[in-house]
Amino acid sequence: MNKSNNRENHDYPQRRRFVVGLLLLGVAALLWRMVDLNLNQREFLQHQGDARYLRDITIPADRGVITDRFGEPLAISTPVESVWANPVALAGARERWPELSRLLQLPLAELERKLGSRMAKEFVYLKRHLTPERAAQVMALAIPGVSLQREYRRYYPLGEVSAHVVGFTDIDDVGQEGVELMMEAQLRGAPGSKRVIKDRLGRIVENVESIHEPRPGEELTLSLDRRIQYLAYRELLGAVQRHKAKGGSAVVLDVQSGEILAMVNQPAYNPNNRKALSAERLRNRAVTDVFEPGSTVKPFTVAAALESGKFRPTTVIDTSPGSIKLANFTIRDIKDYGKIDVSTVIQKSSNVGTSRIALALKPYQLWEQFVRLGFGYDTGSGFPGESAGLMNAYQDWREVEQATVSYGYGLSVTTLQLGRAYAALAAGGVLRPVSFFKLAPDRIPEGTRVLSPKVAQALRVMLEGAAQTGGTGSRATVAGYRVAGKTGTSRKVASGGYSDEKYLAIFAGFAPASRPRLAMVVMVDGPDDGDYYGGVVAAPVFSRVMAGALRLLDIPPDDMDSLKGMKVALIGGAE
Amino acid sequence: MLLSDVSSSHGLFRRLHLDPPLLGGLLLLAAVGLVILFSAVSQDEAQLWRQVTRLAVSFGVMLLFAQIAPDTLLRWTHWIFAIGLIMLVAVLLFGDTGKGAQRWLRLGSIRFQPSELMKLAVPMMVAWYLAEKPLPPRLGHLAIATLIALVPTLLIARQPDLGTALLIATSGIFVLLFAGLQWRVIGSAALLAIPASWLLWTFGMHDYQRRRVLTFINPENDPLGAGYHIIQSKIAIGSGGTYGKGWLNGTQSHLEFLPERHTDFIFAVFGEEFGFMGIVLLLSLYLFIVLRGLYIATQAQDSFSRLLAGALSMTFLIYIFVNIGMVSGLLPVVGVPLPLISFGGSSMVTLMAGFGILMSIHTHRKLLKD
Repeated sequence: MNKSNNRENHDYPQRRRFVVGLLLLGVAALLWRMVDLNLNQREFLQHQGDARYLRDITIPADRGVITDRFGEPLAISTPVESVWANPVALAGARERWPELSRLLQLPLAELERKLGSRMAKEFVYLKRHLTPERAAQVMALAIPGVSLQREYRRYYPLGEVSAHVVGFTDIDDVGQEGVELMMEAQLRGAPGSKRVIKDRLGRIVENVESIHEPRPGEELTLSLDRRIQYLAYRELLGAVQRHKAKGGSAVVLDVQSGEILAMVNQPAYNPNNRKALSAERLRNRAVTDVFEPGSTVKPFTVAAALESGKFRPTTVIDTSPGSIKLANFTIRDIKDYGKIDVSTVIQKSSNVGTSRIALALKPYQLWEQFVRLGFGYDTGSGFPGESAGLMNAYQDWREVEQATVSYGYGLSVTTLQLGRAYAALAAGGVLRPVSFFKLAPDRIPEGTRVLSPKVAQALRVMLEGAAQTGGTGSRATVAGYRVAGKTGTSRKVASGGYSDEKYLAIFAGFAPASRPRLAMVVMVDGPDDGDYYGGVVAAPVFSRVMAGALRLLDIPPDDMDSLKGMKVALIGGAE
Repeated sequence: MLLSDVSSSHGLFRRLHLDPPLLGGLLLLAAVGLVILFSAVSQDEAQLWRQVTRLAVSFGVMLLFAQIAPDTLLRWTHWIFAIGLIMLVAVLLFGDTGKGAQRWLRLGSIRFQPSELMKLAVPMMVAWYLAEKPLPPRLGHLAIATLIALVPTLLIARQPDLGTALLIATSGIFVLLFAGLQWRVIGSAALLAIPASWLLWTFGMHDYQRRRVLTFINPENDPLGAGYHIIQSKIAIGSGGTYGKGWLNGTQSHLEFLPERHTDFIFAVFGEEFGFMGIVLLLSLYLFIVLRGLYIATQAQDSFSRLLAGALSMTFLIYIFVNIGMVSGLLPVVGVPLPLISFGGSSMVTLMAGFGILMSIHTHRKLLKD
């Protein structure tokens, strides 16, 4: 190949040049590589490098506080710590597991299961919602791969009292029931995010920058009045227990604005400790459950009659002989009231009288009046699971249906619907949307006129009569105030017809009768101690809650006469 | 004229048989190594002091070897080689196993890696053998010289320690090159290398070694497994840019993304923190040391010294080339430390013993007056 090779002396200049050439070639190759990495691919590699340690993490937004109408908290968030682990990192410190297990009160087997199933992931919760003190103890162990995450736990100061309205959130702080669910988007706010440096084990080494601040959730002011809510809760619970009832609900509405001042149900639950929670306790029955309203709708039948012009309050109806036979169905009164006027039909709650009035009207007239009062449609409150009730089309009515609807069978309503209809009566015939939220004075809806003022006034007088001595609702009276209201006792549907043993006891009314401010419906489901009349079971609840609410709201008494005997006590109390 | 360089050097260095330029280069390198190691071990001073101790021992060994005259070394060579060979066989028979390989001999409480001894013994033996023969060597001599290098190489490859085996083979080849290999031999060897590498691939390699080569060709194939090292170190070096992120400011290394960052992959830490300019300076320092070694080879007075000095210098370069090539993704991952910078002991001692031999060769020349 190369002739000069054979003539080489001991210096081998060619060899040396060859070797040095190799040497330079190697160094050049390295340098070229460095130019390539450091200069040419620099941007790509830097980006790749950043991607390995820069992380955008979310900063949780504070969930909005829920308060009652006076700003008293009904749901607040308290900071708690959750312990999570990087399974791979924690697996490297197996000898520390027992102490971790002890402090977290998490059985070792459970810990192994949690980590084992998530080995391919970078994140597993070990224990949620620890107190800050306990969390600090866990971190003091300094076990590799174990970290904390700040979370918020909802706390409900009123517990059971406001549970059905306020609802609750799950462990991830997402609304599951009630207002917490209904207003999830507003309450949640928008989480912020920040850029941090994390090492290979996912530990945050440094905060780099805040990308955007979290936007806290909105504070919601409910229409509830904590005091009235508590009163309603206490009295309903008392009635349910006293009468061994299955359940019940009660609603107090502000007549002039449609705001819900109180809404309670039984059975209830403690939203702060939901360990033994059954679905039947969870329902906000006042909006989700429907029932046949019985006699409480008789005023609306009369309203339709008065609006038709065919009847006046003084129109005499012959209810003899205390029953009326339609096809093969007999409608009965408790006794034969004989010839009574329309007002007395309401006062005595005569089924026969109401049926006669209804049958004198066109089906459409009755149906329209009921629908205008909101029956058969939901109230539009937006509350999760709200029921629309049931109102059959009048075209399908036979005489029997027309008669039974007039005294509250064959249609179904929610407690809230019934309350709203009574609020409309109380408001002089103006139906307003109900609201779970406090309304600013200028935001109070106009409402829809569903009864003429004259008819509303006439009904008010009749209902006042029904709630006085001699009326079925005499136990609903409130000292110092004139009360208007109507009892209802409906038999519950059982298999094959109506039950003779299961009843609903209802009272619906408003006060003060002269200038109504509050409307209230009380429904007790299945009283089982012998008493089952609405006048006996539900009316006293109405009386006590209404008495307390009227005084709490400083509503001037409109029946000074009834106070005469109590005057001393009141003045004494005031001093 | 030949000795002007020697007579001008300082009397103390002369008496200690030290070569000031080489010593200066090595000390500077050791200092740079400690600086970057401090960053790579996350400023763990205990680790740093352990490395300082190793460096001190290594420089001591260098000083010791510098005192051994090349003549003495020449006389010992075949004994050293024989002992090394016996120990390699012993390792395969009853050596300690660590990290899946059998590389260590236990003598009492001391664990010894005979392959380290062979790093010196093989070039010495080949140089010893060829030095007595007429140069350039004949084919028969060449074959024997090749055998001298091949036997320990194969024994070490059996452990398995492919990286060291290749380094030792390379050191032998360099002696042959310096001995004046004919071009046609070089050409034939290059042609033979192709089927040989196929044979190596098919019969001579363990699965993990094949995987390494495959991963080297395309690291993205296995980004979570074997490719992870290379991808991470490329990212670390590349993100250093022109001037680096500054000492102690590397992110990839300090956030523990970079594996083996204080041992075999320390160059990536260096690249990330000091950038392209730092790398150029470091390579210049290495190159200076190698060139000084080659200069010593040219000044050597006998064939043995010249061949040995040349081979040792070039082997040092190969260390650098293989390590940096590996870390920067140019070569497959083989466990070769970056000389004098990587954390770790045994190979550093061997390396410094080699530099001691270089210094001895340079300082034991007979002073010829005119």
